[in-house]
Amino acid sequence: MKIVLEHLTKQFIARQGKGIVTAVDDFDFTIPDGKLIGLLGPSGCGKSTTLNLICGLEVPTKGKIYFDDLDVTELPPEARGVGMVFQNYALYPHLTVRQNIVFPLENLKGDKRLSREEMNEKVMEAARLVQIDELMDRKPNELSGGQQQRVAIARALVKTPGVLLLDEPLSNLDARLRLQTREQIRRIQKETGITTIFVTHDQEEAMSISDMIIVMKDGALQQMGEPQKVYNDPVNLFVAKFLGTPAINVFEGKIKDKGLYIGEDLIGERDCDDQDVYVGIRPEAFIPDKKGSFRCRFDRVETTGRDTSIVCHNEQCISDEDVRAIVDADAQLNNKDGIIRFSLKPHKTYAFSKKDEKAL
Amino acid sequence: MSNTNDLKKIKELKRKSTRSNVIWTVFVFVLLTIWSIIVLFPFYWMVLTSFKSYASYNSEYIPRFFTLHPTIANYIQAFTAVPLTRYINNTVIFTLITTILMMIVAVLAAFSFSRLDFKGKDLVFTLFLSLMMIPNELVIITNFVTITDAGLRNSYLGLILPSITSVFYIYLLKENFEQIPDELYKAAKVDGTSDFKYLWKVMIPICRPTIVTVLILKIIECWNSYVWPRLITDDENYFLVSNGIQTIRESGFGRENIPAMMAAVVIISIPLIVLFLIFHKKIMEGVSRGGTKG
Amino acid sequence: MFNKNNLKGWIYLLPALIFTGVFMVYPLFDVLVYSFEEGYNFASQTYNGIGLFNYSYVLHDPYFLQALKNTFILVIITVPFSTGIALLISLALNSLKKFKDLFQTIFFLPYVTNTLAVGLVFMILFKKTAYTDGLVNLLLNSMGISSIDFIEGPYWAKMFVLCFYTIWIVLPFKILILTSALASVNQDYYNVARVDGTSRWRIFYRITLPMISPSLFYLVITGFIGAFKAYSDVVALFGTDLNAAGMNTIVGYIYDMLYGNSGGYPSFASAAALILFVIVLTITVINLLVSKENVQYQ
Repeated sequence: MKIVLEHLTKQFIARQGKGIVTAVDDFDFTIPDGKLIGLLGPSGCGKSTTLNLICGLEVPTKGKIYFDDLDVTELPPEARGVGMVFQNYALYPHLTVRQNIVFPLENLKGDKRLSREEMNEKVMEAARLVQIDELMDRKPNELSGGQQQRVAIARALVKTPGVLLLDEPLSNLDARLRLQTREQIRRIQKETGITTIFVTHDQEEAMSISDMIIVMKDGALQQMGEPQKVYNDPVNLFVAKFLGTPAINVFEGKIKDKGLYIGEDLIGERDCDDQDVYVGIRPEAFIPDKKGSFRCRFDRVETTGRDTSIVCHNEQCISDEDVRAIVDADAQLNNKDGIIRFSLKPHKTYAFSKKDEKAL
Repeated sequence: MSNTNDLKKIKELKRKSTRSNVIWTVFVFVLLTIWSIIVLFPFYWMVLTSFKSYASYNSEYIPRFFTLHPTIANYIQAFTAVPLTRYINNTVIFTLITTILMMIVAVLAAFSFSRLDFKGKDLVFTLFLSLMMIPNELVIITNFVTITDAGLRNSYLGLILPSITSVFYIYLLKENFEQIPDELYKAAKVDGTSDFKYLWKVMIPICRPTIVTVLILKIIECWNSYVWPRLITDDENYFLVSNGIQTIRESGFGRENIPAMMAAVVIISIPLIVLFLIFHKKIMEGVSRGGTKG
Repeated sequence: MFNKNNLKGWIYLLPALIFTGVFMVYPLFDVLVYSFEEGYNFASQTYNGIGLFNYSYVLHDPYFLQALKNTFILVIITVPFSTGIALLISLALNSLKKFKDLFQTIFFLPYVTNTLAVGLVFMILFKKTAYTDGLVNLLLNSMGISSIDFIEGPYWAKMFVLCFYTIWIVLPFKILILTSALASVNQDYYNVARVDGTSRWRIFYRITLPMISPSLFYLVITGFIGAFKAYSDVVALFGTDLNAAGMNTIVGYIYDMLYGNSGGYPSFASAAALILFVIVLTITVINLLVSKENVQYQ
C-alpha cells in the first residue's frame, strides 16, 4: 500500500506557557508501496508524531493522509488496517506470547471474525515468520529483549496490515542484538512485502536496511531518497552532518572567482558568486598526496582494524573534533615539518551557503 | 482496506466510534458531577445551617437551600454555651505534642534502622514489621488498664503517651532514609561529622518531603482521634474535639439546637480543610503511599 | 569500634523500643491473659480461675451477636459497593484531561474531615424530627415515597444510612489508590490496543483490570479489615449508646465492655477483641489465597 501525505501538519500547544509547537510541518510526499522506509532524525524532531499520525493515534491539525487512494485522515486507528510496534513493545505482561499475538484477531467482529482454527493458523504463521514459534507459552518477562521485539512484530503482523509501523524498534536492544534484529526486520519486510516505516535516531541503522530514508529536523522534512543517494548528495549542512560515521568534517571557507577555498588552500571549484561558505568534507574524501593543495597539521594515526584514520588540525575546522581522514592502510603519508597535504575527491566535498546552509 | 467498496463500512465504523466517545464523555461528566454533589453537599449544608437562626431553622418544615438572613449568633453560642474553646485548645495541645514526640522517636528509630549497624538489627526490624499487622483494638484494652492504673486518666500525659507509638511511620521514614546514597554518610564520616549532626544536617533536610508528609498525616490522625480520648477522659476539661462534638450532640445547648451544633462542626472542621487545601498534593501523595483511614 | 556502634544503634532505637514495648508488645500478651482469666474484677484486680468462660459468655451475649450481625452486614455491603464505585469513578477520572485535579481534590475531601463531625451532618440530613422530615425524606417524598426515620426508625433504614456514610468516608482513599494505579498503566498498552481495534469493554477487562488487579486486591483486603473495625462512623450517626439503638459493632461492643454504661469487664472485652482478630485474620488469609490465584500480574 502506498502512503500519501498531503500538506500534513501537526501542532501542539506547548506544555509550559503559551505558544505552539509544530511537531510536523507541512509534509507533502509519497511513500511508495512495499518498501522499507527509515524515518530518521535527532530526538524530538517529530518522527514519532509522524508515525502516530499515519497510524491514527493523533489527528493532524492540517492536511490529509491517503492509503492508496483512500482518505484515512479522519479514520480511527482500528479502521486503517495498520500494525504498530511500540518502542517498549507494549506486550501485555499478564498474557502469554500466544495470547498476545492472538489478541488483535479476537477483536475482529462480524463477518471478519475467524474461527478458532483459523486464528491458530494465523498466529502460528506470524510466529514462524518472526521465529518465535518455540516460545508460545511463555510470558513476556521470560523473554529476552530481542524475543519480545519479535513477539511485538508478530502481534502487529497477525492481521496482515497494509502498513507496518515500528517506533524506535532497536533502541532498547544491546549492540549485538541490534545488528541481528535489524537484519530480521529487513528479512520479514522482504518476505511479507508490507510497506514498513520505522523510526530511528540512529543514522547507521536507517542507512543499513532501508530502501529509502526520510531525514527530519524540527518537524520539517529535510531530504528523502535512497540512503546512498542522500549520503552522497545531501541537500543541506544538517543532512550532511547527520549522516555518516565518523561524521563529516566542517570548515569555514569561501568561494572566490569560482574557486572553493579553505583558508588559503584552493580545494575545488564552484560555479557560484563570491561568498563565505561552510565546507563539508567526508572523511573518505581525503587522499594523502604530496602535491595536494589542502594542508593540515599532522597529529596522529589511529588504526582500527581495516581502517586507518589520520587525525590532524586545521584552523578553519569547526566540527566538534579534529579533522579526521580515513585512508587506505597502505597509503603513503607525506609528513613534512608536521604538515600533511591531501588532495580531495570532488564528489565528497560539499559547499553550503552560510545564509540558509543549503548545498551549493 | 484499499477497496473503495469498504468506504461505507469504514465511515460507519468511524461514526460509531465517535458516538461511543460522546456517550462515554457525557457519562463521565454526569457521574463525576453527581459524586461531587454527594461529597460537597454535606459541607454546604453544614455551613448553610450554621448561619440560619434557631427560630428560622425550626420553622422550615421544608428546609431552604439558602438563607436571606445569615446570623453569626450560632457561632457566638458555640463558643459560649459549650466549652468549645477548651476542646480546641486541648486538641491543639494534644496534636502538637503527640506529633512532635512521635516524629522524634520515629526519626531516631528510622535512622538507627537505616544507617547504623548493630547486632540484632534485622531481627528487631522484622519484629517491628510484624507489629504493623496488630490491630489497635487488641492492644487498647491493656493500654486502658495501664493508663488507669498509672492514675493518668483525664490528663494530657494519658492521652499522649500511647498515641506516640507508630510503627508505620518508622517504616516509611526508614525506607526513605535508605534511599540516601551510602557515599554521603561515608563522606560525612571522613569529614568527622558526628552521627547526630549527620542526621540533623543531611538526612532530615534531604528527606524533608517525606517528613512533612508524615507530619501532616499524623496531625490529621490526631485531630480526628476519637476512640482513645473517649476511653481515657470523662472530665470535660480534657475532651478533644471529637468527644466534644459527641457531647454537644447528646447534651449540648440544653435542647436540640441544630444550627449551633453545625456552627461547632464548622469550627472544628475548618483547620483540617485549610490544611488540606494548602497541602492537598502532599497529603494525597502521602496517603497513596500507604496511609489508611482509621 | 564495633561495640561502640552496637551501643549507639540501640540508643537511637531505645525510645521507639520503650513505646512499642509498653503500648504494643506487652498489651498483646496481656490481652491473651485477660481473655482467659475468669471473673476478673477490675477494682480489686483479682480473678477466680482460668478458662474459656469469657469466650463462651461473649459468644452467647445477645448484644455481641447483634454486633456481629451488624458488622457482617456492613462489611458485605460496603466492601463490594465502595470498591466498585471507586473503580467506576477512577476510570471516569482517568479519562479526563481537564478538571482531573479539581475532581480529585473534591473527592478526597471526606478523608480529611472529622468522622464524628460530618456524621452529625448526615444525621441531620436523614433524621425525621417533629419540625421537619429532613432533606432526604423530602427528596423521597418528591418521588412519591413516604417519609422514613433513618436514624431511629426501622433496622434496614438505619443500616442503609450507615452503609451510605461508611462508603462516603472510605471512598476517597480507594479512589486515590485506583486513580494512581490506573495512571501508572503505560499508555502504550492502550495505544496498541486501539490500533488493534479493541473495544472499550474488552480493553477494560482484558488489559486494565489485570493491570490494576494488585491495587484492587489491596483495596479489598484493607477494605475488609477497615469495615470490620467500624465504630466511629456508627457513633457519629446513632450516638454512644449503640446497644440501645441495636446498631452496635464488634469494636463498639469491645469498648462498651471496657468502659461506659456496661463497662468494667476487660476480660470480656479481651475475648471479644481476640474473636474479632481471628475473624479478620481468617478473612485476610482467604483474601490472600484468592488473590494469589487471580492477581495475574504483579
